[in-house]
Amino acid sequence: MYHGTAHTVGAHIDTDAIIPARFLVTTDPDELGANCMEGLEAGWIKKVKKGDIMVAGENFGCGSSREHAPVALLGAGIPVVIAHSYARIFYRNGFNMGLVLLEIGDDVSKIHDGDELKVDADTGVIQNVTTGTTIQCKPVPPFMQGILDKGGLIPYVQDRLAERA
Amino acid sequence: MPATLAEKILQQHSDEQITGPGQIVRCRLSLVLANDITAPLAIKSFEKMGAAAVFDKDKIAIVADHFTPNKDIASAEQVKVCREFAKKMGITHYFEGGNVGVEHALLPELGLVGPGDVIIGADSHTCTYGGLGAFATGMGSTDIAAGMALGETWFKVPPTIQVILTGTLRQWVGAKDLMLALIGTIGVSGALYKALEFTGDLATALSVEGRMTMSNMAIEAGGKVGLFPADAKTLAYAAAHGRTGDVALAADPKAVYERTVTINADGMEPQIACPHLPDNVKPVSAVAGLPIDQAVIGSCTNGRIEDLREAAAILKGKKVADSVRCIVLPATPNIWRQALAEGLIETFMAANCIVGPATCGPCLGGHMGILAGGERAIATTNRNFKGRMGSLESEVYLSGPAAAAAAAIAGEIIDPAKV
Repeated sequence: MYHGTAHTVGAHIDTDAIIPARFLVTTDPDELGANCMEGLEAGWIKKVKKGDIMVAGENFGCGSSREHAPVALLGAGIPVVIAHSYARIFYRNGFNMGLVLLEIGDDVSKIHDGDELKVDADTGVIQNVTTGTTIQCKPVPPFMQGILDKGGLIPYVQDRLAERA
Repeated sequence: MPATLAEKILQQHSDEQITGPGQIVRCRLSLVLANDITAPLAIKSFEKMGAAAVFDKDKIAIVADHFTPNKDIASAEQVKVCREFAKKMGITHYFEGGNVGVEHALLPELGLVGPGDVIIGADSHTCTYGGLGAFATGMGSTDIAAGMALGETWFKVPPTIQVILTGTLRQWVGAKDLMLALIGTIGVSGALYKALEFTGDLATALSVEGRMTMSNMAIEAGGKVGLFPADAKTLAYAAAHGRTGDVALAADPKAVYERTVTINADGMEPQIACPHLPDNVKPVSAVAGLPIDQAVIGSCTNGRIEDLREAAAILKGKKVADSVRCIVLPATPNIWRQALAEGLIETFMAANCIVGPATCGPCLGGHMGILAGGERAIATTNRNFKGRMGSLESEVYLSGPAAAAAAAIAGEIIDPAKV
């Protein structure tokens, strides 16, 4: 269960906004996290507390394939993103990195900046404590759930390599 | 079942029977690609996976093209990680220094990608190879690490949007303008999770380079791939670049498309994507007169020889305006050499352009042309997100090579027909 404050951003937030290319000279999560969202607004990350939740519009994470984007969000202490929809490369990256991604379509309008949220990643239920509403998000496809059940893509590949050996 | 191009190519690389969009299938990979920004993360994941070797040392490409020639100590350290990994794994296709070019211009030129291939790259513009009839798409570093270790990946079979290209292009209007017109029509998420499949008389008429320009920006509409059929032109290109055994490839006549969009070139002006999204597209006449500080001609979208020829045809005998920095970056060493042999470099230098090395450089705000607050650039690149080329207060307008060259001369955005 995740519990934090919602930080809303608009539609089509690109990966250059999440982590500008000039910060891509490292793979360190803490360094990337310190500059998270610096391409949206200078110092944006200062308003975020560890455990807070990003809430975004349509096509979150569009643009480049940089895996540094989900790594930066995680490094900044944001464990969950809730969005109308995701750009496909970002979605896959977030999934691989263990960032919890919930897709809720138009229901995203039921969450406002500063709302207190509780998220159950297993059931996909989002509880908006501030407004007293509940949102149910779409389930993950079974094949992808299988990767999650293995503990993510890295353990999945470890198992596949062991099968071949 | 009649198959789209995407379904047909995936089927050739999978042991599972493809039944239609939404199905998840595992496919064998023809090539796995990473660059100096994304390879270091992939290498980290590869090591965590405990893989002792890559699946095939001839089917991995690592191209150090983004921050090279290394712009600072940190980027040099990243390239060092790539170099040492390539050496340790015996990777055949490692590019750095004098043999490096912008990855999506370089790999087709070397015949490393071609029709019917399934390619994943840790770079979103990997979709460029769709211009050659390859199912090629961008993924993140850990997926790439998995691909390097296993030689396979999983895909969700995408629904396909058919794009019919028709009409006749007027002078100074080209593939980039067609693609900007399409993105302006369907929007930056218009092809989200979907394949684009190009067809029509104008698709056939386009050069292979022009097709790659269009496929390159499929991702700017959210697309997974942008596919052209592999026809006689494709096969001639592939053969000329050292490939053997390629065959023609087309969708089945009764393939099922989610929707069909027609882009008609008749009467089309040069198209400009205005800040800060690639779908904010206007005809050049709507933005003419806007002063610019910089013009960038290059990138994986428009840094090929045809693009340089087009820019040079506009710049020949003219001078770049005093208020403008015009930066020309031929996308590969071969293109550079060809531009030199054809006199294009002389034309650029005589016009007061800055001619730089083959690098992604300013496209992603890396180096070699960063914008200050309040500055405006016109660029033949692919993204105009806020702050993409520098300051959050700067602006990028996307165009084809002719419009960028014309703006460099005029000092403002202008129809190239008027220069």
